[in-house]
Amino acid sequence: MAGRKLSTGQAINEALQIAMQSDPDVIVLGEDVAGGGRRDGEDVDEMGGVLGTTKGLVKAFGPERVRDTPISEMALIGAAVGAAATGLRPVAELMFIDFLGVCLDPLLNQAAKLRYMFGGKARVPLTVRTVTGAGMQAAAQHSQSLYWMTAGIPGLKTVIPSNPADAKGLLLAAIRDDDPVIFCEPKGILNLVDEVPEGDYEVPLGRAKIVRAGSDLSLVGMGATVRIALAAAEQLAKQGVEAEVLDLRSLAPLDEEAILATLEKTGHLVVIDESTPRCSIASDVAALCVDRGFDFLNAPVKRVTAPHAPVPFSHPLEQAYMPSVPRVLEAVRELGIG
Amino acid sequence: MLLDRATLLEAYRRMRRIRVFEEKLNELVTAGKLGGFLHLYVGEEAVAVGVSLQLGDGDVVASTHRGHGHCIAKGVDLAGMMAELYGRATGLCKGKGGSMHIADMDKGMLGANGIVGAGIPLATGAGLTAKLKKTGGVAVAFFGDGASNQGQFHESLNLAAVWQLPVLYVCENNGFGEFTPTDFVVPVKDIATRAGSYAMRSEIADGMDFFDVYEKAGKAIASARAGEGPVLLECKTYRFKGHYIGDSLRYRPKEEAERWIQTRDPLQRFEARALEARLLDADDLRRVDREVEEEVAAAVTAAEAAPWPDLSEVTRDVYVKEQ
Repeated sequence: MAGRKLSTGQAINEALQIAMQSDPDVIVLGEDVAGGGRRDGEDVDEMGGVLGTTKGLVKAFGPERVRDTPISEMALIGAAVGAAATGLRPVAELMFIDFLGVCLDPLLNQAAKLRYMFGGKARVPLTVRTVTGAGMQAAAQHSQSLYWMTAGIPGLKTVIPSNPADAKGLLLAAIRDDDPVIFCEPKGILNLVDEVPEGDYEVPLGRAKIVRAGSDLSLVGMGATVRIALAAAEQLAKQGVEAEVLDLRSLAPLDEEAILATLEKTGHLVVIDESTPRCSIASDVAALCVDRGFDFLNAPVKRVTAPHAPVPFSHPLEQAYMPSVPRVLEAVRELGIG
Repeated sequence: MLLDRATLLEAYRRMRRIRVFEEKLNELVTAGKLGGFLHLYVGEEAVAVGVSLQLGDGDVVASTHRGHGHCIAKGVDLAGMMAELYGRATGLCKGKGGSMHIADMDKGMLGANGIVGAGIPLATGAGLTAKLKKTGGVAVAFFGDGASNQGQFHESLNLAAVWQLPVLYVCENNGFGEFTPTDFVVPVKDIATRAGSYAMRSEIADGMDFFDVYEKAGKAIASARAGEGPVLLECKTYRFKGHYIGDSLRYRPKEEAERWIQTRDPLQRFEARALEARLLDADDLRRVDREVEEEVAAAVTAAEAAPWPDLSEVTRDVYVKEQ
């Protein structure tokens, strides 16, 4: 059924419905995921999470499998790790990735390491869905792009879709993966509406995708910055510069070959990352290009990121903070093209 | 409480195994033969065995940095444990875990844990699995008095109480969090009373008395299994050794330790009671002693002869499918 359009939030909801239908071990837990205020047997218009992403799940699957938790991130993520290690396939919601600060141990020291510490005799099929990024004036504690932290922890996987169709397929793949996966939901794309295939399909973890072909330079994005890269590419095309846009989709594992392949093709690379610059995915990509792609480089690798500062509240400050099309174009000009 | 002869002998065997295994570790580390951070359980044997003797492989235990006793009590293979402590390829975890991460999922042993309090939410999650999959299993979290000050403890007890999970929280109150006396950092006399904040049932047991732990843990396990929700069981116990091997013990009065060791040793008390009540005879116990000595000696010999892990193991087992 070509042309069916959903928002990213709706696509995520559809993936959860499919995952729960196809596997009775899949449960969803988190703060307000059922809807708050819903008692068993009551028929109320439930909230389905703070952004409504999990709406309808509790009606379809019941309160045993769709569980509102206390505002206790350490217990909810920790219990999800314990449940995953003993036979369930939980999808836990960490409302905003900023809340990693109150539940890092279960992810850093437990989920990521059980398998290794136990000599391969454990598996932790856990998915943590979490909203990332700026753009809603949510300020410094609800707007960070901390995926660089989880991507840097061996034993965890981290993915970040840029559009509704990938969100659905990546989430299904994440839930069915036997390792713990952090599934990022960038604020910048949650309300983006686009075509989403019907039915059950997976987007494989660890594979980037070329979303626009070009031969003059490579724009590498992830999550919400893919749209920025595409918009910048349109502007550049008007000047006769053909940019290739690579959507990383998966930050860990990172599709290094896809990055090197586009660099080899174009010789110029700009990477656009919503997070702060130090120890970022952007820095990682730049290091990869220098380390393994040095011979392909015709110019320095440029990083367009947030500044080394917390996310501000005021609208113009927040807009200035985030990567944007003009900043990408400026970086391209610094390369001597465009 | 009447226990049959076989159960009593098994209880004694597991307690003796813990004692002999750990005395051997103390010797090996002191002699420089073993590396790493080792925390000994000697003195607390009645707690692990009193609880775990009533668990099956389908019941899950999450342990602590002081985890050897919990493993042995849960029936984990001694030779595999010793090889793990030697860092050998034949170790339970292929030599990648060591003392603080010994685990055996097949035995329902969800691992020792290097982070104080971190096993508590893991056991809580295992309780959720048991409840939702209707396995009939229970989960047990062992932790110390120190961990009862962690947020993970309070968050998990609250969650388990709200969800009525089949979890037994066993606090081993050995009087010290590392070097600090419990009453310096815990304002309540009994940690068991902390269950009251979560409308959770609690019980206090003499952690030096196998029979008391067995009885109270048994009731708690049975009620959790029957769907009556979680229980906090505080076992008052004492760490005969230091926080870790090599601890100077300057922070604790010698007389206090001597008093516990001389008068309240859980193995001696078990033996006195079993002999007095004519439940077992001395020959039975001495036979077990000999067998355990041989078993531990054989575990050391096997571990020392075992190969080191292949260096390719450094990057194996990070993910289920190798990257």
